[in-house]
Amino acid sequence: MAILTTVGLMAVPSFYDFAVQYDISKIFVLALLALSMSFLWGYVGILSLGQTAMFGLGGYVYAIVAMNSVDTATAALIGIVCPTLFSAVLGYFLIWGRIGDIYFSVITLAVTLILEKAIRATSGDRFVIGKVRLNGQNGIPGVPSLEIPWEAKATLFIDGVYYLTAAVLILVYVGLRLTLTTGFGQVLVGLRENRRRVELLGYDSRHYCLGAFVLAGAVAGLAGVLFAVWGNFVGPSLFDLDRAAQIVIWVIVGGRMTLAGPILGTALVVTLTTWLGTQGVGQVTLALGAMLTLFVLLFKKGLLPTLSELLSAVARWAASRRAAR
Amino acid sequence: MFEVVAIYAYQILFSISIFILISLGLAVIFGMMKVINLAHGEFIMLGALFCAQLAGAGVPLFLSIPLAGLIVGLVGIVGERLVIRYLYGRVLDTLLATWGMSLLIVGAVTTFFGPQTASTPQDLGNISLGTFSISVYSLLMILLAFALLAALYLVWRMTRAGLIVRTTMQNAAMAQALGIDTDRVFMLTFGFGAALAGLTGAILVPLFGASPTMGAFYIAKAFVTVIAGGPLPLTGTLAASSLFGMIDGAVAYLTTSVLGEISVLFVAILLLRFLPKGVTRGLKGRV
Repeated sequence: MAILTTVGLMAVPSFYDFAVQYDISKIFVLALLALSMSFLWGYVGILSLGQTAMFGLGGYVYAIVAMNSVDTATAALIGIVCPTLFSAVLGYFLIWGRIGDIYFSVITLAVTLILEKAIRATSGDRFVIGKVRLNGQNGIPGVPSLEIPWEAKATLFIDGVYYLTAAVLILVYVGLRLTLTTGFGQVLVGLRENRRRVELLGYDSRHYCLGAFVLAGAVAGLAGVLFAVWGNFVGPSLFDLDRAAQIVIWVIVGGRMTLAGPILGTALVVTLTTWLGTQGVGQVTLALGAMLTLFVLLFKKGLLPTLSELLSAVARWAASRRAAR
Repeated sequence: MFEVVAIYAYQILFSISIFILISLGLAVIFGMMKVINLAHGEFIMLGALFCAQLAGAGVPLFLSIPLAGLIVGLVGIVGERLVIRYLYGRVLDTLLATWGMSLLIVGAVTTFFGPQTASTPQDLGNISLGTFSISVYSLLMILLAFALLAALYLVWRMTRAGLIVRTTMQNAAMAQALGIDTDRVFMLTFGFGAALAGLTGAILVPLFGASPTMGAFYIAKAFVTVIAGGPLPLTGTLAASSLFGMIDGAVAYLTTSVLGEISVLFVAILLLRFLPKGVTRGLKGRV
């Protein structure tokens, strides 16, 4: 199944034009962001609403470093390291004091909102880093594409970005999966199930929570770098409340207790919002709000688990029919 | 010299009163009811919007402010009946569902009223203080903020209604056994919190205007204040508002308003590192 999907996705560029590839690469990048949240939320049980903070930081750092004519591979690396460090510092302050889970969610949300405000306030000549003007509201246009390290002066084009984002998404998915099978990952899942019991077994939950938070921060930062590469643009909307809300919606719609669900959820919801966006003002937010409220009230587990439950119910029913016959 | 001190005091009091106003409704809904209401900013926005609409239709400002609060209270009750009442006790789900509500409200307002900013003039004039001038309306607002907080505290601690609400929030099953209709208490308390948020929006509209996305400006500040306040919703709100208002007012006055907000968040995170349960943690059971 997974292999078939992978082969199918890899064949897309040979059949569809650049517009389709461009749209699908965006979904790949955003799915990474959804993964960074669902890893934390579905497997460790901490809901960070501030993954957009790492996402935006990754994008901005990549843009600023790359536009100061450092080579883009280094810029991408720095773009991942900075948000990772940021999440380590933020995580230390929030996790080490054993702040309540719900407070953690709200404070991380506040962090991304304040970052957005700070970025929006950076218009004018005073805010220049190296050669790059931060431009406040308007964001930074003309962010360079990734150069291909082994070919001088060549940059990734749309199909290249497609393959890159697809490969990164698959690697991160497999990587997180494998992480969950290690001892570290087992403790994380244990924390979700019963934090006190795990602590009584002698594990300091804070080390594990912080580790997971930093890992998720790195994934979100990576997504941010790729987003800047994909769109050749970074702006304050990388951090904003709408995006923070949308990640939650992708993860909830797909099913937070899985890693594949959020990818599916991202694909569905992003496609839907892109289509709705062509229809008129205000309706995207309206539809997203309705979707979020309905899923929380009615389908708490999300689409993928609900579907698989349905399938197994059908299978059980078919089996019982066969047995009766 | 006196003028400088006075204007400085005014700035800080102004900033503190804004923190108090935007946190009041949340202190009730989040602090007392433990419902993480992410639609709080949108309740403020609705209050501002209704007030601007009413004032635009010719209703005098001092009437349209409480009316707007009342309407938002009704909106809150509708939301409670449709969504929140199924979610009491599931804290995280209230966060997500109210976030959905907040998006719904923003979407609906943008669709029906358009994305522009509405404003309401007030004609109370200014008083001059040497080279500075201060608007009378903002002075009234400062008084109102403290008066509202004091009134809320009195209702909460001294009246029978406050006692019933406190009982219900502390132990709903026991309250029910004593013959209290807890379902109704939850509904009305949520509506009351929403009305307070709406009132805030209405009070702020002559100063800041009303636009569909303004909720996002207040939500972070309001939550940080109530969380840092800790387990005593009202005393905590006063303490945290004073601290953050002072920092915000001083930093914003000396540099920019964004830097003021950043420093507030920074101090809040530092504070929560060492007092993760909020500043009134040690006072529980005493005030």
